[in-house]
Amino acid sequence: MKKYKIKLDRRNFLKSSGMLGMSSLAPGVFFQELAQARPLNEPASSKNRWGLLIDANQCSEDCNACVTACNEEHGIEDFGRPTTDTQYIRKLNLTHEDSGESLTIPMMCQHCENPPCVDVCPTGASFIRADGIVLVNKHTCIGCRYCMMSCPYKARSFIHENLENQVPHTPRGKGCVESCNLCVHKVDKGENTTACAEACNKDGHQAILFGDLNDPESEISKKLNKYKTTEVRSDLGLNTAVRYRGI
Amino acid sequence: MRDKTDYIIIEFSKAIFIYGLVAVSFIGLGFYSFVTLEHEGHWLTGMNNQIVWGLPHVFAIFLIIAASGVLNIASISSVFNIKIYKPLGRLSALLAISLLTGGLIVLVLDLGRPDRLIVAMTTFNFKSIFAWNVFLYSGFMAVVALYLWMMFEARYNKFVGKVGTFAFAWRVTLTTGTGSIFAFLVAKEAYNGALLAPLFIALSLLVGTAFFYKILFWMDRGLGIPLGSEIIKRFRKLLIYFIFTVFYITILSHLTNLYVTKNHGYEFFLLFSGNIYTFLFWGCQMIIGTLFPLLILYNKKLSKSASGLLYASILVLFGGFSMLYVIIISGQAFPLDLFPGYIERSSFFDGVEATYVPSIYEFMLGLGGVGIAAAIYLFAIMVLDFTPRSLDNAATAMANVPEPVTEEKLEEEKESQKEVVGEKSSIPPDQKTTEELETDEKNKSADEGKPAEE
Repeated sequence: MKKYKIKLDRRNFLKSSGMLGMSSLAPGVFFQELAQARPLNEPASSKNRWGLLIDANQCSEDCNACVTACNEEHGIEDFGRPTTDTQYIRKLNLTHEDSGESLTIPMMCQHCENPPCVDVCPTGASFIRADGIVLVNKHTCIGCRYCMMSCPYKARSFIHENLENQVPHTPRGKGCVESCNLCVHKVDKGENTTACAEACNKDGHQAILFGDLNDPESEISKKLNKYKTTEVRSDLGLNTAVRYRGI
Repeated sequence: MRDKTDYIIIEFSKAIFIYGLVAVSFIGLGFYSFVTLEHEGHWLTGMNNQIVWGLPHVFAIFLIIAASGVLNIASISSVFNIKIYKPLGRLSALLAISLLTGGLIVLVLDLGRPDRLIVAMTTFNFKSIFAWNVFLYSGFMAVVALYLWMMFEARYNKFVGKVGTFAFAWRVTLTTGTGSIFAFLVAKEAYNGALLAPLFIALSLLVGTAFFYKILFWMDRGLGIPLGSEIIKRFRKLLIYFIFTVFYITILSHLTNLYVTKNHGYEFFLLFSGNIYTFLFWGCQMIIGTLFPLLILYNKKLSKSASGLLYASILVLFGGFSMLYVIIISGQAFPLDLFPGYIERSSFFDGVEATYVPSIYEFMLGLGGVGIAAAIYLFAIMVLDFTPRSLDNAATAMANVPEPVTEEKLEEEKESQKEVVGEKSSIPPDQKTTEELETDEKNKSADEGKPAEE
């Protein structure tokens, strides 16, 4: 039987140790990435709480990329009737009454932990998923608009007209209420982003960061720990999943 | 005690024809509006993403609170035992059912998806006041129907008091539920207060009384049911009490808001900024709907005349409708303040007062509800004896006269007591309850007055 003699000099030792280290770490890194794409037959888990961190310092007043991307992603049409047209996300311009300081931020459904829209919905069509995403069940929404009355963020829209050519991942129809769904189809596919965050990054502003608030290792959690952030209308105690920095 | 009022079935007449025609036309308009909105969508209305509840909701809530208010007349007789209102009990319950049906139909037909009514009736989120209201409204119908049955069936007249008390409790809860739809909205400065519930109850009593009087006046002029000065006197007093109650709670709620600095913005917007709501509040609600009716009701000549009271009632109804319009619409028109201290601007009308101009479709839908309420009332009085033959002083005084005890009646009572009490009569007196002893006492004294033949 032939004997193999391992030549263990310093160079080979370091090379082998490096490869061993790589091969033991790699599955942990890559499999964890893959594991985030939850199989569709599994329910959303309360282990996650998806949210956004919006940096007002990075948001530019003349940029509307997040709004355009959102409309495109969800097939939101412009009927030329601003008072009744749907808006999942809007750019809000703020000017301080005394100092005149101005800033601009995107505003959308804040995905509250205790959402007033869910409380008031008579049929339970407005609901919050285990992972914190607030959605409208389009099969049981009766179009009473009580949720719109109760929303402190004016985040919801009512579909006032017949729609055509809706996109499959965002079911929409006349007579129902809707709002930002945090690109739930992307979250469920494990894409770990939203259309608005993608567009903002693409434009180089990086003002919108999507992530898991429950994961202490996520970038969003780290930033939330590092910087002072704000919940809009925190006095209501709703514990929103959308936080703002720089306001 | 048995109801001794002489009730009649109304025959077809000119007045019925004219009002029936108006009711059917209203229903036609409402139906046309519903079909159009269902087909085209709500963009045809004045409602939008800022003012999500508009004129149809004002109509619906007006009819719903009027429904619980008109039942008050029956409650006064059966709960508070004021006999002069007894002949009005059946009408009161009928009007309650018809007005509630009209109001609910408007509410349902204005839904984005009225075809999903079955979902609303079968899937509930019990944290929602709306879900509670589904039970409160349908339960109200059932309780009032039972109340009517007790009133109609002579054998069950003795239960009218108990069922009436239950119906009274139910209606107070129902109007609390209606007020709470707004009271529980945490984000809107205009609402967010438990005072809205008593305010709605007071408004329901006022509007219900005014509405009932309008019907009584029409019965007098159109159907030939004479209306006596006694009833007019009583309704005058009721209207005065309720106008003052509504006025008191209105003032109280605004003073409360004015004390809280963060609510100054809304109060200024409503009371002093000179917009449509300021006009409706001061002009329509306070002057036309409160001051003018009081002037009429305290006028020596007008307060005693049937027409004077009619004018007061119409003004009260107008004031009540304006008040609901102010509460429902102005609360939504006032912008939300997401960032206190900042001026907010966006393409979604943040930071600006929302505009709302009701469209003809909304008005037609509201009229449809009124038409349905009227049609139910007209149909019912033509098939069942809801209407007292007369409401003149002699007829209403009759209701106060105790029933003469005839021998036949006594026999009947004894028979029924035997049937109902049965074994209870064999219980020795020391084991009987206070109620039973009281009944025994009464029977004994009746026996002494008119000995029954045995």
